[in-house]
Amino acid sequence: MWSRIISRLLTSLVVAWASVTATFLALHALPGRIQDILAGDVEYPGLREAIAAEWGLDKSLPMQYFEFLSRIVRGDFGTSYVLRQPVIEVVGSQLLPTIELALTAGVLAILIAGLIALLTAGRGRLSRELASFVELVFASTPVFWLGILLLMVFSFNLRWFPVSGTEGWDSLVLPAITLALPTAGLLTQVLREAMEKTLDQPFVTTVRSRGVGEFVIRWRHVLRHALLPAVTLGGWLIGGLLGGAVITEKVFGRPGLGTVTLGAVLTHDVPVVLTVVLLAAFIHVAASTLLDILYVLIDPRLRAQ
Amino acid sequence: MTAPSHRAFDTAVPLEAPEDLAGLEASPAAAAIGVRRRLPPGLILSGIFVAVLIAASIAPSVFTHFDPLVGDFSEGLKPPGWVHLFGTDRLGRDVFARTIFGTRYSLLIGFGGVAVGLGAGIVLGIIAGQRNRILDEAVSRLFDMLSSFPGVLLAMLIVTFLGQGMLNIAIAVGIAGIPKFGRVVRAQTQLIRDADYVTQAAIYGLSRWQVFIRHVLPNVLVAIPIIATVYIGSTILIVSGLSFLGLGPQPPTPEWGVMLAESRDVLRVAWWPGVFPGVAITATVIAFSVIGNHLQQRFEGRLA
Amino acid sequence: MTGSALQKDRAAPIVEVQGLSIGFAGANGDKPIVTDFDLTIRPGECVALVGESGSGKSITARSLLNLAGEGARTAARRFVIKGRDARNFSEADWRKLRGTVTGLVMQDALVSLDPLRTIGQEVAEVISSHRILTNPGAIRDRTLETLGKVGIPNPADRALQYAHQLSGGLRQRALIASAIAADPDLIIADEPTTSLDVTVQAQVLHVLAERIREGAGLLLISHDLAVVAGIADRVIVMRDGRVVDSGPTRDVLTHPRHPYTRQLIAAIPSGQSRGSRLASARFELGAADPAAIAIVREPLPQRRAAGEVVLEVEGIAKSFVAPKAAGRAKSVVLQDISFDVRVGEVVGIVGESGSGKSTCAKIVLGLLPPDEGEVRLLGQPWSSVAEAHRRRLRRKLQYIPQDALSSFDPRYRVSDIIAENLPRSDSRIARLDRIVSLLELVGLNADHLNRLPRSLSGGQRQRVSIARALAAEPAVIVCDEPVSALDICIQAQVLDLLTELQSRLGTALLFISHDLGVIEHLCDRVLVFQNGRIVEQGDAGAVLKHPRHAYTQSLLASVPDIRRGLGTGLAAAHA
Repeated sequence: MWSRIISRLLTSLVVAWASVTATFLALHALPGRIQDILAGDVEYPGLREAIAAEWGLDKSLPMQYFEFLSRIVRGDFGTSYVLRQPVIEVVGSQLLPTIELALTAGVLAILIAGLIALLTAGRGRLSRELASFVELVFASTPVFWLGILLLMVFSFNLRWFPVSGTEGWDSLVLPAITLALPTAGLLTQVLREAMEKTLDQPFVTTVRSRGVGEFVIRWRHVLRHALLPAVTLGGWLIGGLLGGAVITEKVFGRPGLGTVTLGAVLTHDVPVVLTVVLLAAFIHVAASTLLDILYVLIDPRLRAQ
Repeated sequence: MTAPSHRAFDTAVPLEAPEDLAGLEASPAAAAIGVRRRLPPGLILSGIFVAVLIAASIAPSVFTHFDPLVGDFSEGLKPPGWVHLFGTDRLGRDVFARTIFGTRYSLLIGFGGVAVGLGAGIVLGIIAGQRNRILDEAVSRLFDMLSSFPGVLLAMLIVTFLGQGMLNIAIAVGIAGIPKFGRVVRAQTQLIRDADYVTQAAIYGLSRWQVFIRHVLPNVLVAIPIIATVYIGSTILIVSGLSFLGLGPQPPTPEWGVMLAESRDVLRVAWWPGVFPGVAITATVIAFSVIGNHLQQRFEGRLA
Repeated sequence: MTGSALQKDRAAPIVEVQGLSIGFAGANGDKPIVTDFDLTIRPGECVALVGESGSGKSITARSLLNLAGEGARTAARRFVIKGRDARNFSEADWRKLRGTVTGLVMQDALVSLDPLRTIGQEVAEVISSHRILTNPGAIRDRTLETLGKVGIPNPADRALQYAHQLSGGLRQRALIASAIAADPDLIIADEPTTSLDVTVQAQVLHVLAERIREGAGLLLISHDLAVVAGIADRVIVMRDGRVVDSGPTRDVLTHPRHPYTRQLIAAIPSGQSRGSRLASARFELGAADPAAIAIVREPLPQRRAAGEVVLEVEGIAKSFVAPKAAGRAKSVVLQDISFDVRVGEVVGIVGESGSGKSTCAKIVLGLLPPDEGEVRLLGQPWSSVAEAHRRRLRRKLQYIPQDALSSFDPRYRVSDIIAENLPRSDSRIARLDRIVSLLELVGLNADHLNRLPRSLSGGQRQRVSIARALAAEPAVIVCDEPVSALDICIQAQVLDLLTELQSRLGTALLFISHDLGVIEHLCDRVLVFQNGRIVEQGDAGAVLKHPRHAYTQSLLASVPDIRRGLGTGLAAAHA
């Protein structure tokens, strides 16, 4: 089992390295000079020379690559010329609200999905079809539209929640629900289908023949089996939450990584966009690795003897 | 929010012959199979809706006589009524007309994105599915790397480099989708590669190449239209999200995501510009998902 | 009800059922699947429920626990469990009953036990669930005690393991342990030994027999009449949801009344049926002694004498290296395998799982290269040359696999499947004619040309598989358990087809099977495989009647045989 875990950790390092390398190659593969690409829309005298000096653009390609790698490892992502700040400062200050949003939405989605799946899996046909339909609708709803609808109803009309900003916890409620619902829709589908597939397995008949009640069967036996495909989805889920957070922030005017990145895209502030993307990739790799290791721990069949 | 196919074509129980089904020695739930022969009404509805969508993309003027781009300022922000079915927006443009004319953008960019992702995904997936461990590892790491960037953010990065616009977000969405398609094609290829009818084909005098062309490739390709349909819905979701952010087609293009972005300014006083384009997106995604899921379930029964 | 040994006097029955019928709403045209079923089981008694697939035996057994499935409707004139009327039971009543009064053992512990829970947890569940014991120490003691009762060595270690870590026999016993932990009065075993090797099967049956001796009742569901003969007091034969025969085992099996039961018994291949058509059997009452019933069968055309050698296997050895994760252990799968096959003869390979017979088949077919040794086909080098060189010879060596469906390309229709084995050079019309004549040869016809294999029955698919093999006009056909997955009656028909074709066409067969009866019925010579070696070979009749090697002897001793079972089994003790 340990060899499996170690090899999984090594793989994740390879993938992280590959994303950094791909970014480097993409930068250099684009037409135009690197100085111009990195400068974006900004123009003032001496800028190009400063960029060249900072990034060592006169050195050979392998040297540049090595320096690029070592900078990333040290956490130095360069400077945003548009905002005239080190990128780390720009991103770091806005990281927290986004993570707050993504995490809250994620936890909410998992709770909703777990509850509904437990209650509806294998029950009467009507409740299953109804739940199935509701899940489909939510999984198909664009995040930003859901946000607009919730804004209209709860902020503008009922005035229960503030329209924008990050003051207090009630500014988190609507954005978190907006992000959680489509995620929950998909997650519930996966969980419920996995549970129903499991309920058809012979071992469940054996458990029933011991006189165990239906709820206990689901809680003690079926849930663990259903978690396996859900855990597999986990990595994608994190990526989806991060991406969704970006969109949700725009809808609710909530400051965070989304606003920063969008602004950077529109002003061609390459260092900032690059950093955000790489950071998201690292988070994704770390999360997937943890989840894969969790998978090995849950399923004893994978612990090779 | 993108939606990967969690069912991912894993092996299912082969369908028993009719005589075997007559006895119910298998799961008693099998008794209910007889009922499934009719096409479910949801599927029929979805099929009709998709047909309407395609018609609206090709010939939108059939559905409305209003001009989606030119509005009458004096008619600004009129609520839905008999003349303007979906009301008018801030510039007096008919929302229904804009929704109809907007169909082609969502479908085109969605299909385009899927095409890009599928094209590269198929080639890479088949390569990874061969018996070469090194190739498999290399391509799988490539997929891991691509999928470690959240789709929306990767698209934003590509748009930063290439600029805004329809084509660019189609490419961006396509590249972000390569791992999705690639992994499914890879799994399918491995499944078929290990199937009995492939491993035993040498007995009938077929060379490795003939086996690949006659048995492996056709069975892999059979899955492609199904994969494409399953993922079109989620692709359209990303595309409209990127347009909402302003990275895709620019105003005054009546793309649904763009329309929703514009509606945010008038939400306090007018609900209709913020509702109907969203309904259109949701309904489109639902329709494609229903069709895709149905195809996938029928296909899974055939895998043996 | 404790585990004390009870006398065989007429104790009160555990279960009494009369006129049971089971149906599913909306299926089968709203007609019941099972009708008019009667059953009585007393403590210390074993009743067997016998039938082919589709007979309704599993559903009937499950409905005794009310586990027939969602939407099942049961009705009965009388349905009494331990003196209480089960027709009025609520779901809570059933739950109290399950595990304490009844225990269920199903086929294949690998899927019948929760793979994510340890053996100990599975065994303990019924005890803690019904609060029979609440002290964790007491529960643990009881778990280990139960594991010991079913003969699992080192129960303390095994209790911490998972089902996939135990061998087939051990995990089946663990499954039984989980069913008897609360000392139920009635054990229902649904094909408990079907996927096991013969020697392991004997051990598991022994465990069940011990439970009967201790006073439990056993309802055994099986399609294997020989297994039933050795352990059951009474037999109920079912077909299409109805009981066709029932009574004491000895009576039903030696003097079967219903034609279906007679067909079942007569279809069992063995040394006695050799040289005759299994499916043609008739029962005749002896003129002199009305109690003696003889099975009369139609003879098959005489088999040709063996001719020259078509297949030579010399000194084959093969080992596999386990992947890095499992420690790179080298396992020797085959060692020193040598035999030959001549024109017109049927050579059998018999062995249990892990004996290497499948690997041997793959090497003979050229799908795997041997590490040592050589295979020669029609005198030409076969295993030692590249595929391109031996492709021309491929037609001479064909294959009938166990799983016909997975050997067909799912996109291909019957005509495509067979056409794949015909030379491309012939014209389309000529090919079509040939395909139709091949279909007729195997008992199908032109109507099946455009069918998809998944719409055919198991027997029909196997016939298509045979037709495909014959299309190449081979000298030798390797048959790997071709009838193991078929019901007895269908198996008889397919075996008859094979024997007849073999006699007519003179094709040599290399027939692999774990079923000694089939081997005895079909083969001229037999090779006995154990752990990758041939431990005995020779004329089939001689080896199987007078085995010399210890393994062959133990194999034959473990195989259930109807006559032997009736003579020495529990059935005799109660007669």
